[in-house]
Amino acid sequence: MSTITQPTPDVQPVPATPAEMPTPGRRRSRADRGESRGITSVFERRRPTTRLLRTLVNGGLLVLLVVVALGPILWLAKSAVTPTQDTLRNPMGLWPNGLDWENLRTAWVDIDLKLYFWNTVVIAAGSWATQMVVAVTGGYTLSILRPWGSNVLYALVLATMFVPTVVLLVPLYLTVLDMPFTHTNLVNSFWGAFLPAGASAFNVALVKRFFDNLPREIIDAARVDGCNDFRLFWSIVLPMSRPILGVVSVFAVLAAWKDFIWPLVVLPDPAKQPLSVRLPRLANVTELDVMLAALLISCTLPIAFFLVFQRLFLRGGLEGAVKG
Amino acid sequence: MTVTAPAPRPTRRRSLVDRLPRRLRNAVGPVVFLIPMLVVFGLFSWWPIVRSFIMSVQQTNLVTPAEFVGLDNFRAVLEDPLLGTAVQNTLWFAVLALVIGYPVPLALAVIMSDVRRARGLYALLAYLPVVIPPAVAVLLWKFFYDAEPTGVFNTILGWVGLGPVPWLEDPSWAMPALVMEATWAAAGGTVIIYLAALVTVRPELYDAAEVDGAGIWAKVWHVTLPQVRGIMLITLILQIIGTAQVFLEPYLFTDGGPDNATLTVLLLVYKYAFQNTTGGDYGKATALSLMLAAALAVLSLIYFRVTRRWSD
Repeated sequence: MSTITQPTPDVQPVPATPAEMPTPGRRRSRADRGESRGITSVFERRRPTTRLLRTLVNGGLLVLLVVVALGPILWLAKSAVTPTQDTLRNPMGLWPNGLDWENLRTAWVDIDLKLYFWNTVVIAAGSWATQMVVAVTGGYTLSILRPWGSNVLYALVLATMFVPTVVLLVPLYLTVLDMPFTHTNLVNSFWGAFLPAGASAFNVALVKRFFDNLPREIIDAARVDGCNDFRLFWSIVLPMSRPILGVVSVFAVLAAWKDFIWPLVVLPDPAKQPLSVRLPRLANVTELDVMLAALLISCTLPIAFFLVFQRLFLRGGLEGAVKG
Repeated sequence: MTVTAPAPRPTRRRSLVDRLPRRLRNAVGPVVFLIPMLVVFGLFSWWPIVRSFIMSVQQTNLVTPAEFVGLDNFRAVLEDPLLGTAVQNTLWFAVLALVIGYPVPLALAVIMSDVRRARGLYALLAYLPVVIPPAVAVLLWKFFYDAEPTGVFNTILGWVGLGPVPWLEDPSWAMPALVMEATWAAAGGTVIIYLAALVTVRPELYDAAEVDGAGIWAKVWHVTLPQVRGIMLITLILQIIGTAQVFLEPYLFTDGGPDNATLTVLLLVYKYAFQNTTGGDYGKATALSLMLAAALAVLSLIYFRVTRRWSD
């Protein structure tokens, strides 16, 4: 569990009509984003002293970010292909005395990283599917079908937000150990690892709010045309909700990849464990250079994922989703 | 070319649902669509919540049937000398995280909001540590925190004539070391939240401040910060809620050591339940979880009140 909770991706509620949906490539102009000025005015930026100061501060910040945020990852990339002795003797050396690409292969094959990698992929995929199904069907019922009692139900879902998941660790573990009604034991099964992720009130609320903003006329028109609940869901609502499905998916996959405490508890069998859980155990018995290669491999996929979907992660900060 | 009569519109095959009697047809949709949510929330959220209340007043060891013991679990937890240590350490972690971690994202975001070119690059870099799996980050930092003079951080400190610092091996250095890593890992997310608020500050406010003769500092102090006061309060509460549940860092860096200097409340819960030599003490673990949950619920309540006020 990281110190600060994930930033809440405040998804732009829906465009008024599907035609107005923002196309991926389209960039809004600066003026659109209310960016005609920042804290400093155009006039101030032209003053030589302010200009110098701004260059220093902005440039300094960029250097700081590169060193502090990117630095450890670059260091990891370098040290993953550096022989152990080299890293130990001169950890800050810029150039290694000889590259050891073999480390990556040793990590992948010999310490069986591939197994834990695929375990992580399976758990992330299952977690994604569960969260998706629950959030979308739940949001659809609560927002559009609205059966009797749905307000109470929504309140019950939201109430779980008050209970942090880590606090439920022990009762959840005992529940999974002996499932109600069926008495199956989901400990050491991937189902036990990813099904609980579906109980995310945050996702349900996010999707419901998105559905609340869908144009009612389209839904009413579909109803008049004789659409039943299933067809309305499949042919009308789902195609219109791609933006929110993207957001939920991206955050679900990344969260599953980062998760530690729940898989630690529910998957005691090393052959089932994901990277997060297995790496700390491997660290005690693996040579340093191979271990660093394993760490590098373990964070390549999340980094690549982030670079591909960066707009979803950073959108709020760049375009201003929190409207005053 | 022969003109053919337009093909007769295929009569739409009526689906199974449409052939049901009307009353049933209206009910079948909501019922089917509710199943996933009811099952998943029921099994993995509502039932464990109810169960934690039941278990906190029971003696459970999974072998013999659970036995009602009243408030004994709570009493046992409160009498545990480690509880005081764990609470103190958690508070210390929270305080350090506030001192070290709280101002950093705000300062970064304020500067970044005034960057004209390549702000995306700044945001990308700031957010990058957030996507690194925490276990990977901790293992990497654990190596950086090597107490030898040749450790990564001690080498850097050596360049400016400081150190070596014993980092994780010293009870008074261990917690700050954990907080620094946690700040590195989490600051980017908060930066994005602040940035979202900062780019929507209305330009007229800055224009007006300039008319009144405000310099850059005065604008930051009297316009920028007051405009994001609400978000600052939200991130403050979120951070406190997050730090109260800190587990991964103390578990992986030091496993509560040295000398219990980094034993946090949640780590104690984990140790009661899963690292007990005499078998899991699930009753004590849930009792302590509930006490933590009660404290957090108060904070969450404040959080929801605040966010609701700001979203109206």
